[in-house]
Amino acid sequence: MAIEIRIPTILRTYTGGAKAVDGTGATLEELIGDLESRHPGLRDRLVDDSGLRRFVNVYLNDEDVRFLGGLSTPVADGDTVTVLPAVAGGAR
Amino acid sequence: MRFDSLIDSVGRTPLVGLPRLSPSDDVRIWAKLEDRNPTGSIKDRPALWMVEQAEKDGLLTPGCTILEPTSGNTGISLAMSARLKGYKLICVMPENTSEERRQLLRMWGAEIISSPAAGGSNEAVRVAKGLAAEHPDWVMLYQYGNPANWRSHYESTGPEIFADLPTVTHFVAGLGTTGTLMGVGRYLREKVPDIKIVAAEPRYGELVYGLRNVDEGFVPELYDASVLTTRFSVTSADALRRTRELLATEGIFAGISTGCALHAALGMARKAVQEGERADIVFIVADGGWKYLSTGAYEGTLDEAEDRLEGQLWA
Repeated sequence: MAIEIRIPTILRTYTGGAKAVDGTGATLEELIGDLESRHPGLRDRLVDDSGLRRFVNVYLNDEDVRFLGGLSTPVADGDTVTVLPAVAGGAR
Repeated sequence: MRFDSLIDSVGRTPLVGLPRLSPSDDVRIWAKLEDRNPTGSIKDRPALWMVEQAEKDGLLTPGCTILEPTSGNTGISLAMSARLKGYKLICVMPENTSEERRQLLRMWGAEIISSPAAGGSNEAVRVAKGLAAEHPDWVMLYQYGNPANWRSHYESTGPEIFADLPTVTHFVAGLGTTGTLMGVGRYLREKVPDIKIVAAEPRYGELVYGLRNVDEGFVPELYDASVLTTRFSVTSADALRRTRELLATEGIFAGISTGCALHAALGMARKAVQEGERADIVFIVADGGWKYLSTGAYEGTLDEAEDRLEGQLWA
């Protein structure tokens, strides 16, 4: 088992077009590091010096990681991590 | 209940228990029926507050033109206020929003300018900001950054919930402009120290996110993450399933964004049961299902409905 990471369309140039890739790590930061080793350039699109980039949202099993522990959020085999660009809401 | 005019009847909506969807006597779920507002959505509150604040500030005078980026409900609320108060309204609306919303806006006398489907509401905001710069005499109330938006919930929705249910432990609502969560959240935090404020964010299909550049995203100016306890991303499939479940088990015919909030509310309920904690979970029914009939959300199998919803802004 591994951790599944769902990649938004705009970042699939880094994953050879794949919608989802597998990775490993004990924290989100390690997971992103693991992805970077196989998909160079992806890391810079997700994080900067201050942590997750402002307009990038990352969800661990549908919960926003900013409320869980940010890059230090623990992850485990079987988890699903979803990356999405921040968008404005709907019916407003 | 008697009111001097339709505008005066905004708010004071029912809070109803959901005995069939609540997991136990100790963990109960309550629906705040915001579809009972004059134009059928929660947006009557921020629309009225924003208009009256602009009047107080001298920005709006009779005959003025109001401009607003909206995917529907705020526009419909503003159109009603504008008609009664003598303003002209122009709405910038993503082209992938339902036909019912367009008809309703035109019916109340609003003019609609369409923005491209790709990018959803982000794009409507961008187009509206451009128009505002070109037409300095138009008044953009700008719900994403107008403090009167969250104040409407701090001064009305929040106090109503606390008065009806002082034992409230969780508040769950959809995340769009963030006004509901910021306003109700701030009010309830003052009254209930351990309150959990939970955001349910709609997760759309590929078409909506497809062309978004992660460097050019959008976070509403009103958003303050410190008000929230946590935030969930809810797929169209889960939102649809819960919308139907609410109708089938409790008889409430709601719009799809309500299913999104209910999904997060049920998740919090499950957590409370697991941890053996008492909970009174309030979630927002933002509008009724009427405006979404043409999306096919309520017909056929869930898979069929989900396919039909692909690429549409359903919240």
